[in-house]
Amino acid sequence: MTFSPELEERFAKFLTSYPPGRQRSAMIPMLLYAQDELGSISDEVIDEVARRVGVTPLQVNEVLSYYSMLHKKPLGKYHVQVCTNISCLLMDGDKLWDHACKKLGIGHKEVTADGEISLEEVECMGACSWAPAIQVNYDFHHKVTPEKLDQLLDSLRKKP
Amino acid sequence: MADLVKLTIDGREVQAAPGTLVIDAAKTVGIEIPAFCYYEGLSLAAACRMCLVEVEKMPKMMTACTLPVAEGMVVRTETPQVKAARKGTLEFLLTNHPLDCPVCDKGGECELQDMVFRYGAGESRYNETKIHVPEKQYSPVVFFDAPRCILCFRCIRTCNEGMGVGALGVINRGAVSEIAPSSGDHLECDECGACIDICPVGALTSGTYRYQTRPWEMTHVATICTHCADGCKTTLGTRNDRIIRGNNRDRSGINGEFLCIKGRYAFDFYDAGERLQAPLARVNGKLEEVSWSEALLLVAKRFNQVLADGGSFGVIGSNHTSNEENYYLQKFAREVLRTSHIDHHRTGDVVALVDALSGQTGKLATVADLYERKAVVVLGADLSLEHPLLSNQIRANWRHHQAHVYAVSAGTVREDKYAVASVRVGNAAETSDPSRFAHPQGKASAAEYLAALEQLRDKLKAEPELVMLFDDSFKGGDVRKLVEFGESLGIPVKYIGLVDYSNSRGAIDMGLTPELLPGYKASGQPGLHLEEMLAAELSALWVVGANPFQSGAARKAGFLVVQDMFLTETAALADVVLPAASAYEKNGTVTNVTGEVQKLKHAINTMGAKPDLEIMGFIAREMGVAGSLGPWIPDAVFDEIRKNVRGYEVPAPVIATGGAAQTAPVNGRVPVELRPDLVHSDHNGLFASGTLGRYSKVLHTVLESRLSR
Ligand code: SF4
Ligand code: SF4
Ligand code: SF4
Ligand code: FES
Ligand code: FES
Repeated sequence: MTFSPELEERFAKFLTSYPPGRQRSAMIPMLLYAQDELGSISDEVIDEVARRVGVTPLQVNEVLSYYSMLHKKPLGKYHVQVCTNISCLLMDGDKLWDHACKKLGIGHKEVTADGEISLEEVECMGACSWAPAIQVNYDFHHKVTPEKLDQLLDSLRKKP
Repeated sequence: MADLVKLTIDGREVQAAPGTLVIDAAKTVGIEIPAFCYYEGLSLAAACRMCLVEVEKMPKMMTACTLPVAEGMVVRTETPQVKAARKGTLEFLLTNHPLDCPVCDKGGECELQDMVFRYGAGESRYNETKIHVPEKQYSPVVFFDAPRCILCFRCIRTCNEGMGVGALGVINRGAVSEIAPSSGDHLECDECGACIDICPVGALTSGTYRYQTRPWEMTHVATICTHCADGCKTTLGTRNDRIIRGNNRDRSGINGEFLCIKGRYAFDFYDAGERLQAPLARVNGKLEEVSWSEALLLVAKRFNQVLADGGSFGVIGSNHTSNEENYYLQKFAREVLRTSHIDHHRTGDVVALVDALSGQTGKLATVADLYERKAVVVLGADLSLEHPLLSNQIRANWRHHQAHVYAVSAGTVREDKYAVASVRVGNAAETSDPSRFAHPQGKASAAEYLAALEQLRDKLKAEPELVMLFDDSFKGGDVRKLVEFGESLGIPVKYIGLVDYSNSRGAIDMGLTPELLPGYKASGQPGLHLEEMLAAELSALWVVGANPFQSGAARKAGFLVVQDMFLTETAALADVVLPAASAYEKNGTVTNVTGEVQKLKHAINTMGAKPDLEIMGFIAREMGVAGSLGPWIPDAVFDEIRKNVRGYEVPAPVIATGGAAQTAPVNGRVPVELRPDLVHSDHNGLFASGTLGRYSKVLHTVLESRLSR
């Protein structure tokens, strides 16, 4: 299979970024970028990445299933990750999580019917100082309250 | 040798070579450090933390399985801290464990059970709900029970490194980690079962053995696999005259722990529904069951009649029967039936090799040589499919000693993966994505192989030593040319002429050809070859353990006697069929592809069947000629072989105690005309085994058998 020209260019560069014989090191960045472009990592992508970095599809699956930021199922256009690890928990991160679930009517790793928003309960994201924290795609939001979350979710929906 | 390192373990002084791991150094003085993930010969994982020990001057406990010895190191393996660590590790391993030992196949021989018994806590502090996952079937051979898995990764490593297959992996993370198969929900692999045997617990179980027995209820009989010519020792677990499993966990035998699917599971043919359990005789044109005494009398009478009438006999022997049986058969044929029409299906030109090596000693490689020699050339054969053990030895040699492997073949082979040079010859069928079980083999002539070798000459000359393996692409004069090439390199070269079956080599050694007596002595008597016997109007044809009429040839012989386990195409044409015992139902010796003699040990009885040697002995007795042929007792015949057959002066105690001893055939020209035209290999793949393979259920039920040749 082929990817977009930009992605192909990136992959080509990854494959030369590591010492000879270590092409498999390119696996994680390739998967991440492929996921960004395609929304999720299909079996076809697994086979293709495996072929390009010289490992078996099973080895790609091992990595894929280990890292929670890699997904085989399509996510929403906006992937909302709510931290409920210790610091955020102390600052009511768990309530924030419950609030998000109730408001969107979906649970962990589920997507709204319109495909716009998906939810994930995550462990510490390294933003403890500004707990409770959430992450939407690659953007962080700090000291989030239920009200702020409502506003945020509404604004996401309105985005073109 | 490099200077030894001195260290202290539990107050005892230990000396070990630099680089030795503390866990191994401790073993040399009888100190056992418990371990799950550490496994000799495989890469280090340091995954289980069971081997933690205290080391002076090191702030934390260290994993003995990854720690190399150092001068002056002081190690303690039995301190309160170490004990607490072991207890803690085991407590964690048991958090989600189902504790279903009473119904687990591994119960009684489980490493986790043993460790908990010795180091574990008396009670569990974990009261939460356990994660449970139902068991899964990955193939007809391999089942996986996730909750029992302790994530030691031995299975993954043995499949990837040991087998060179890489069909297992671990998916997910933490408490929900699981061992996953190569193809989504199922395995596509060699189905060898190595992963199952190496699993320290009952997480991987086999389709044949699961829920069959408690291990302590079995009797263990170490015998030799009866499929290919490699001669692996397989230890059969039997109970009530049934074989329940095959493995070689004690690493006895030339194969260590290695077995392919055939040695581990394809013993099941013994129990096939088609197994013959009573003699058959042709009555009014149809084969009907008769008693043993009737059948033997019928054969004896007819044989005597033919003798009296001055009629002609033909005798066809087997690639699977024991040396004793082959020896007795040719003696019977030559001395009693007074015929030189004796032959068998020749699967490799051993005669030409022995002849070409005349005047030299120590030129035939052993299975061990493939693991120890610095370089190996594989010519023709798709070794990993046709000779799994030999291929395994070479792979291990490459992994452990960086051996140089040269793969010269007419198609993609697995050896390519680690070969220093792969050369394609003939109309080589190459593919970038070969199905691992049916490599598309092209055809190449010996001349083409020799030309490829010429190209490699400079590289090969630079090797310190070499083993060359060749298949039936080389016959007659071409074998001589190959040996000439090898000898011209100016380095020590050893050879292996590949043959197909468990006693193909022994059949030639024992004189199952018209032109050669046992020990490669010329018979001086012209005789008919196999195909010629089928076509000739012989008065009587006697086929022992072979299926020559598989080709569909019409029967010409006046009287046909067949000894076999099954009603093969040949048996179906017979006048009398005598049900034979399988290799697992008798004693005797067989000689493997590298000329190593090993002992077959009687493991079970199958009602109605008799060992071929006994059948022949009974026929002799009924004919009144038993005296001249001597006793039909395997040990007695083996003694005679050791005395009379050149090359078989092997040490009896080695064989008797289950060891292997290489025969040293003649050291001189074999004084007969070579018959390359009669040599033909079946090139059985991993899931085939000639006629025998047809009756093994497991070889047919695995998915890969459909992909293989
Ligand atoms: S059966 Fe053999 S080839 Fe298959 S997964 Fe297990 S070790 Fe690997
Ligand atoms: S299945 Fe067995 S061998 Fe494999 S990781 Fe689990 S416990 Fe270890
Ligand atoms: S390699 Fe050959 S001898 Fe060994 S187990 Fe397999 S079939 Fe039997
Ligand atoms: S605990 Fe939530 S960001 Fe660290
Ligand atoms: S044996 Fe050392 S960590 Fe497993």
